[in-house]
Formats: sequence, C-alpha cells, structure tokens
Amino acid sequence: MSIDLKTIKHISKLSRISVDEKRAEKLADDLNSIFEFIEKLNELKTDNVEPLTSIAETTLKLRSDEVKSKNLREQIIKNSPQENEDYFVVPKVIE
Amino acid sequence: MSDITKQSLSELIKNIRERKISSTEATKAFIERSEKSKELNVYVTEDFSAAIEKAKKFDQKPNLDLKLPGIPLAVKDLFCTKNVKTTAGSKILNNFTPTYESTVTKNIWNEGAILLGKLNCDEFAMGSSNETSFFGSVQNPIDKGLVPGGSSGGSSSAVAAQLTPITIGTDTGGSIRQPASFTGTVGLKPTYGSCSRYGIVAFASSLDQAGPMSQNVRDCALLQEVISSYDEKDSTSIDFKRNNYSKELTNNIKGKKIGIPKEYRVDGMPKEIEDLWKKGIEYIKDCGAEILDISLPHTNYALPTYYIVAPAEASSNLARYDGVKYGFRADGENLIDMYEKTRSEGFGAEVQRRIMIGTYVLSSGYYDAYYLKAQKVRKLIKNDFDEAYKKVDAILTPSTPSSAFKIGEKTNDPVSMYLNDIFTVPVNLAGLPGISIPAGHDSKGYPLGLQIIGKAFDEQNILNIAYAMEEKINFKNKITDWWIK
Repeated sequence: MSIDLKTIKHISKLSRISVDEKRAEKLADDLNSIFEFIEKLNELKTDNVEPLTSIAETTLKLRSDEVKSKNLREQIIKNSPQENEDYFVVPKVIE
Repeated sequence: MSDITKQSLSELIKNIRERKISSTEATKAFIERSEKSKELNVYVTEDFSAAIEKAKKFDQKPNLDLKLPGIPLAVKDLFCTKNVKTTAGSKILNNFTPTYESTVTKNIWNEGAILLGKLNCDEFAMGSSNETSFFGSVQNPIDKGLVPGGSSGGSSSAVAAQLTPITIGTDTGGSIRQPASFTGTVGLKPTYGSCSRYGIVAFASSLDQAGPMSQNVRDCALLQEVISSYDEKDSTSIDFKRNNYSKELTNNIKGKKIGIPKEYRVDGMPKEIEDLWKKGIEYIKDCGAEILDISLPHTNYALPTYYIVAPAEASSNLARYDGVKYGFRADGENLIDMYEKTRSEGFGAEVQRRIMIGTYVLSSGYYDAYYLKAQKVRKLIKNDFDEAYKKVDAILTPSTPSSAFKIGEKTNDPVSMYLNDIFTVPVNLAGLPGISIPAGHDSKGYPLGLQIIGKAFDEQNILNIAYAMEEKINFKNKITDWWIK
C-alpha cells in the first residue's frame, strides 16, 4: 500500500489542515514509512477476535440528571478569539 | 537552611511539619534555583509571585495535617489550572487560560500544595523527547544537549534538577516512564481509571493517565495517594478502594512471583540494558521474591496497534481546535479557509502527522482494515497480560531500549522515535499500572530504568516491589549543575 499525493490531499481536506505541495511530499514519505510499520498487524489472523472497545470493564455509573454548573456564559466566551456580546464570531457563511 | 532543594518530598514535609522550614522558605528556595536554571527550559509559565503569596498565606495559619503542607510544586502544562495559562506545548493554545481546574491538580491543592508553574512538554503530549513543543526543547540535567525524554520532559528534567520536589505528568504510551528513565527519576503510570482525566488536555482518551514523577518511591506513593480519586466528571473514572499507598508501603516482597517476558528481549537491544535487566532479576531474588519466565506473545504488535489507536483518538479529540471557541485563530477568506489555516499554522508537524494518520485510519473504506484490526489486536495484547497474571503478581522489564539520546538525533525519522516506547506502550494498551525506577548507568554515565508492571488496581504491589528494589539498587543520580553559571 502506498499513500500518494492525491490521498494526502484527501486526508488534508478531511482533517481541515491545509497542506502545500512541498509539505505534501514530505508527509507522504513520513506516512508511508509509518504505514509500512503498521502493516505488521496483517501477519495476525483476527477473524474470531472481539475488538477491545473499552479498557475499563465496568458499566457506566448512573446519576440523577440535575444541573450542577450554572451561569457559565462569561467563562465560556472568555477565551474566544472573537466574540460579539454573547456570541462567537466566525467569517460570514451565508452569501 | 541552604540545602532545601536537595531534600526529597518526604524530608521536606517532615521539616515543614516540625516547623524547621516554612512554606515561604521552601517556595523561595525552589524559585531561586529555577531562576538560575533557565537554560534547561523546563517552564512554559512561571507563577512565582503568586506562589510566594500563597506560601505566606499558608504560613500565617499552617494546616500541618494536610498531606502536602505548603509544598511548592510545578506541574506538566497539560493540566488545566484555573486562571493560569495552559498550553499543552502548542501554539494553538498559547493564549488559553482555563476558567476551571483539573481534578488531579485540585486534589493536590486541597492537600496544601502550592503551584510554582507549568512545565514544558511535547505538543499535546505527542513525542518522546520534548522536541515537538512549541516552546522549544528541554535540556536533560544529566548532560548538555541531551533530551529529557517525553512527552513529560519538562517534568522529568525539573524533578531531576531539583527545581520542584515532585511533579505530575501524563502517560499515553510511556510519557511518564520513559522520561523518568532518561533522567534517573521515578515515574508511575497508574491503572486506567485511577486518576481522573477531567481537565487534562486530551490526546488519546482510552490511553491517557496522569501520574506522579519523583526522586524516590516513597514520594511517588504519597503523591499517587493524593491524585487518585473517583470522579463523576470523568465517565471512565473507576470507583474502587484506594489504598493509603505511602502508609502501606513495605519492602517485604517475600514470596511474590515476578514474571520475565521473553518477548522483551528485542533485537538490537544494547548489552547494557540486558545486563541491567539481569541485575534487576538478582535484586528481586535477593528480596526473597520468585522469578518466573513468562510469554507475552503479541508484544511485537503493540507499537503498530498504538500508532493506529492513539492517532485515531487524537484526530477526533483535536477536532475541537477550530479557531472559534478558544485558542489561536488565523484569518481566512471564508469559514473553511479559516479552519484550515488555523489548524495548519496552529499545530506543529508531529501533531499534524498524527491527526492525518488518525483521519486516514478512520476514513471510509479503511476503518475495518486499520482501526477495527487494531482494536482486535489490542484485545490479544490484553489477553496476553491476563494469561500471565494467572501465574505471576507482577512483571519486570527494562523501561526503554536505550539511554537518553542527543537533541536532534531522531527528529527526522518518526519511526525510530516511536521505537522508544516499545516497552511502555503495551501497558497503556492493556490499561495496567507500570512504574519506572532508576536502576543503573550506561558507559556514558546516563541513567537507565527498570519497569515493573502490575495487575489492574494493584499499584500498592508494584510500589512495594519498586521500594524493595530501590533499597538494593541504591541509585545515585550523577548531576553536576553544569547549567548553573
């Protein structure tokens, strides 16, 4: 298996990270050497193995559904790069 | 008292309780030494003047019954600290000041400790040498130009250089144990679910755990007792009976069965590591414990599994950094352009690489071949340990396949960097506790560590084994203060 520039472009789009041509080539090289290393898993037959989806073998605890934190508006907005009164501001999305 | 910073945490607590040292004196001593140690680059954010104020306040009405009475300490910059900048070593969080406190740090302050500042680490804890940090690499106090390990590199360096009496790091694939091994210090990765992940900047949620890093095993046990708690704010936090690890610490490990996994004798392992391991086996026998050969057949598959599971979880966790709600934002022509530029300029190369690996293995058409496959192999790795623990109480291995390397030596080859974690990664995949203790030096005089892996929730047992071995090993760190002019 080999990751080409087209695939890098596709992953770059999915992960919302812009990548220029020069970096794309370096990334393809890096990812290919990492995937070569990962392919080792194909040596193993795992058809009848259950996937491990949770490491903690306990069921989730139940709790009563009550509001514990209130009036956080100011705290939530405090670190935003750009805000207007109580709103986060983003570039215009409707033409 | 001029030698305050040379004291271990336990000595410092004793002296504060006996009123021989005040919290203010201790705090000032660590600050003074830190001021002279800028070259190590351990701090991302210093909070020194606030620390002195807090220490003075403590001294006015000292509560000496607390477990960490007026003890100053610094923490890895991955823990959210209320009103103190928290960066995770990343440009994307360079302007982020949490409005809340992580549970683990809250537990520490509740026992009387005082924050000195936030310690450097690999960006989002992704790295094994502290070289991926936006704030630059950290020097290992052992030798100039040497990495302190990673990702908790600022933490390991600060403890070894005695700039903080103790600290906490986080460990996703070895990020506490490997830097501890590289700096001649002790580092414990607790059982998954022992320490709350609430308020810790997330990397890979099914693997991340916070844990103590210290100068000796007793200090490590004490801090573990403070930070471990059930927390309803973390749905994977586990409600189990937690020991008073430091009170119940004993060097009596007679009759314990310790397993030696043959698969950890990897190709190309330096003879020094092999010899260290043999020495460790002798120490364990000297303590009256029994050695058994065991097999963990899927060991070789742990790293490839990790490099699917961890990036997959990271790509999902790091989706939140979009330049909208908090963190760095780059200007863009439209919303999508803003996202793409923000993440391209805000994340460093290693973080981008891992997000892309994770995105790829989770993407349509590849999920079964990679992610599902890795989850299945993860099960086999866990089964290996379950099988082994039917015969033994704990497992002894080297902590790392080499001693600390030079800054810049491995930055161009991601796979060779990843191989650093070959002995530590299986422990995270299986959710088990593991501790690294300093056990000797290589020919260059650099420290080497041994790892003791325990059953889930059996921290007390591995702390006891580490404590018994520590006594026999009698390790002395060789630090010359070369960075102090």
